[in-house]
Amino acid sequence: MTFDRRLALFAPLAAVSLAGCGINSIPTAEENAKAKWANVQADYQRRADLIPNLVETVKGFAKQESTVLTQVTEARAKATATPLAPADLTDPAKVKAFQEAQGAVTAALVNIRNITEAYPQLSSNANFLALQSQLEGTENRINVSIKDYNDAVQGYNTTIRTFPDAIGAKIFYGSKPMVTYTATAPNADRAPTVKF
Amino acid sequence: MQPFDKLRANGVGVMLALLLAIFCAFPAQAQTFPKLAGEPVVDAANLLDPAQEAALNAKLKGIQASTGHQVAVATIPSLEGRDIADYGYRLGRAWGLGSKEKDDGVVLIVAPNERRTRIEVGYGLEPVLTDAYSSVIINSVMIPRFKGGDYPGGIDAGVDAIAQQIKLTPEEAAKRAAQAQARQPSSEGVPGALIFWLFIFIFVILPLLRGLGGRRHRRGSSGIGEVILWSAINAAANSRDNDGGGWGGGGGFGGGGGGGFSGGGGGFGGGGASGGW
Repeated sequence: MTFDRRLALFAPLAAVSLAGCGINSIPTAEENAKAKWANVQADYQRRADLIPNLVETVKGFAKQESTVLTQVTEARAKATATPLAPADLTDPAKVKAFQEAQGAVTAALVNIRNITEAYPQLSSNANFLALQSQLEGTENRINVSIKDYNDAVQGYNTTIRTFPDAIGAKIFYGSKPMVTYTATAPNADRAPTVKF
Repeated sequence: MQPFDKLRANGVGVMLALLLAIFCAFPAQAQTFPKLAGEPVVDAANLLDPAQEAALNAKLKGIQASTGHQVAVATIPSLEGRDIADYGYRLGRAWGLGSKEKDDGVVLIVAPNERRTRIEVGYGLEPVLTDAYSSVIINSVMIPRFKGGDYPGGIDAGVDAIAQQIKLTPEEAAKRAAQAQARQPSSEGVPGALIFWLFIFIFVILPLLRGLGGRRHRRGSSGIGEVILWSAINAAANSRDNDGGGWGGGGGFGGGGGGGFSGGGGGFGGGGASGGW
């Protein structure tokens, strides 16, 4: 047996052990997490698309509530101007900025929901009811896609930090853990105050 | 030697930690869903009498037979402290309603003790059975009956409204019939399988044969060749795995006939609407 021959025998072994080091599983987990992130963004986009419609409808019934309406429009504009590319998912600061921008929209939408109760005509308007159920559904989808994203990130982070994939993560990819997403609106831990 | 020992110690530590994590995680995650036992109605909260349940089962199977979409009804004695929207999409995923390719499942959930109801819509039907329309069904057709304690009537009316919304347009129905006919003579999976075996033949069997013939005269065979061979096998195996949906997926679709009603692996992402009374 020449050395070359032995090398040839070794090659399949090397292929298997490389696969064991996460040569495949790391990119798979990473792409999975990024795909789940795309869903989160699509759901937020869907919400952003619904807002102008909502503002128009509410304006028709409750012109005097212009501060609340400008608030939501501004929050939406700011959130749209704060995108988060999949490559930035390892950057806690950027994820936090995104979270805060979207959280402000959530808070502004809660305010709108609160004021509408004072306008019976508005809260029984068919168009408004449809918009509201669409928004509710979208918020629900956001929750689901965030959970899915966090699960995927957890899987990815576990993959790159546990043996034996951790070796591949260090040597080949230099993988950094991704940041899980917590959808907290400002003051989300406090119940809304109800004034009579 | 030293680094390897450390690595091994790390590995054992990680294993222990994972084991611990599993033990810790399970009690929190534990959630029991009623089983989907061959019929589209799962009346865990006992809201329907046997005759009503049988009629509803027949109706739901009829929807599947005519549209291909799977609609199930679940009455739940307890949401176990979760929001019905959260419970709903998990239930939909656990049952895997709808086909794997189309994700076209719907679950109508009624939780009489929490006084909550929900229409959970699979990804594929979200554009048809929208959140807004689901909400209209719940609020205008179901809730008024539920308020009067008429659960069977409310569920039945809800199912009718859903069926009306998801039934196929004439063009879609014609397309579906044509597809069913076209599928009979030759399966569409053949090209995939053919490519797979061709791959195997070219990259595995041919080199093997050549190796047998020329082994004595060949001095150093190249390691690279073997690596390519290995990755080819890997790739072939992977591609087969990925295509698995084409072969095995959509399993629920025999369900209309003699077999049981079971999910085809459809996905849910929180579409639909909830309501309470």
